[in-house]
Amino acid sequence: MNDTAINDTVIKTDAVIIGAGPVGLFAVFELGLVDIKAHVIDILDRPGGQCTELYPEKPIYDIPGLAVVTGQELTDKLMDQIKPFGAEFHFNQRVENVERLEGGFRVTTDAGTVIEAKVLVIAAGGGSFTPKRPPLPGIEDYEGKSVFYSVRKMETFRDHDVLIVGGGDSALDWTLNLEPVAKSLTLLHRRAEFRAAPASVQKMLALVESGNISFKLGQVTALHGEGGQLTSVTVKGTDGATFEQPTEIMMPFFGLTMKLGPVADWGLELKDNLLPVDTEKFETSERGIFAIGDINTYPGKLKLILSGFHEAALMAQQAHKYVYPDKKLIFQYTTSSTNLQKKLGVK
Amino acid sequence: MARITFIQHDGTEYAVEAEPGMTVMEAAVKNSVPGIAAECGGACACATCHVYVDEAWREATGTPEQMEEDMLDFAFDIRPESRLSCQIKVTEALDGLVVRVPEKQT
Repeated sequence: MNDTAINDTVIKTDAVIIGAGPVGLFAVFELGLVDIKAHVIDILDRPGGQCTELYPEKPIYDIPGLAVVTGQELTDKLMDQIKPFGAEFHFNQRVENVERLEGGFRVTTDAGTVIEAKVLVIAAGGGSFTPKRPPLPGIEDYEGKSVFYSVRKMETFRDHDVLIVGGGDSALDWTLNLEPVAKSLTLLHRRAEFRAAPASVQKMLALVESGNISFKLGQVTALHGEGGQLTSVTVKGTDGATFEQPTEIMMPFFGLTMKLGPVADWGLELKDNLLPVDTEKFETSERGIFAIGDINTYPGKLKLILSGFHEAALMAQQAHKYVYPDKKLIFQYTTSSTNLQKKLGVK
Repeated sequence: MARITFIQHDGTEYAVEAEPGMTVMEAAVKNSVPGIAAECGGACACATCHVYVDEAWREATGTPEQMEEDMLDFAFDIRPESRLSCQIKVTEALDGLVVRVPEKQT
């Protein structure tokens, strides 16, 4: 991308929040109350972070005022609560790069979104959700060349022998999508039952029936190839016997795990993969970059959603100083302030 | 109380006392047994508390329910004795339980 292209598409705003988990969402609220407009970026395809990715149906018992609420319900309630502030969301994107500008930051995502903001709020929880890497010796050497965890371009797979491993929606969806493109396609799963949507399973089975793809039972135990180019994998079948499965490409789908990711490369001080902050402003080692929620650390830190909410409120006070250096912030209550109620759209 | 022994991939043994009602995963985490990551904290949502139940204890620990079986798809080197330790509730009947921890949880 050249400079002109970047300039054409740069979004300018007050704050960028990295992470759309409960704490990132509540940061929209607290920033909104002090007139700071936010853009929110998240690697997942929907808001909620761990709440919706890991335990959408599980009850949470320690949100003040809500005796019991599920991860999904809490997310829905927060989305409703922050609606008046019109935050813009950028899903399915990971922030790759953060540059210091005069009076702010330029944030670039892996999808090419460029946002310039006066403050940056890292509410990235346990890090970004990334595909799990199967613990197969030497797999790193094949990644990006013949082992892929996602499909960026379908053309990469054209006229190749493709092996898809897994039984969930990702595995089944890509089996169906890549079948017309690949030279051959084999789906490998450890059992004959699938977590994926029944409709996808039916379609897959029909393709097996018509001989367009093959389905095998087993687990990959070793990779074979040279210079990053896969030639075959060893599979342990359900009977314990092993067989060789020739393939040029393997796509393992074993769910997601949380990795700190590019945050580690932004020049911020780190302690045990967490961002140390002060407990007055929740600011990192870099002025104007805040860290709230599970990703930060300070003496006495508890990784609770409610702690993140508190941190968001205090962060917003300091963020106001950077966004409106000439304005004095007068503390107000939503219960009694006409001004705040106007912002909330209730007056 | 129930005594639970976790055998690491390298053969190291960790024996812990677990209170009935807690899960085998919680007993491991509470006693800092290595190899039980339990990333999701026991929500049966991550498959990083995978263990192999010793042959002698397979009947007593039962079989995985549908949700656990689905989640085991996310673990590696699944064997018939594979379980997610967050889904095994400790009872007095499990006093003496032996489980093996896989080489890697991912």
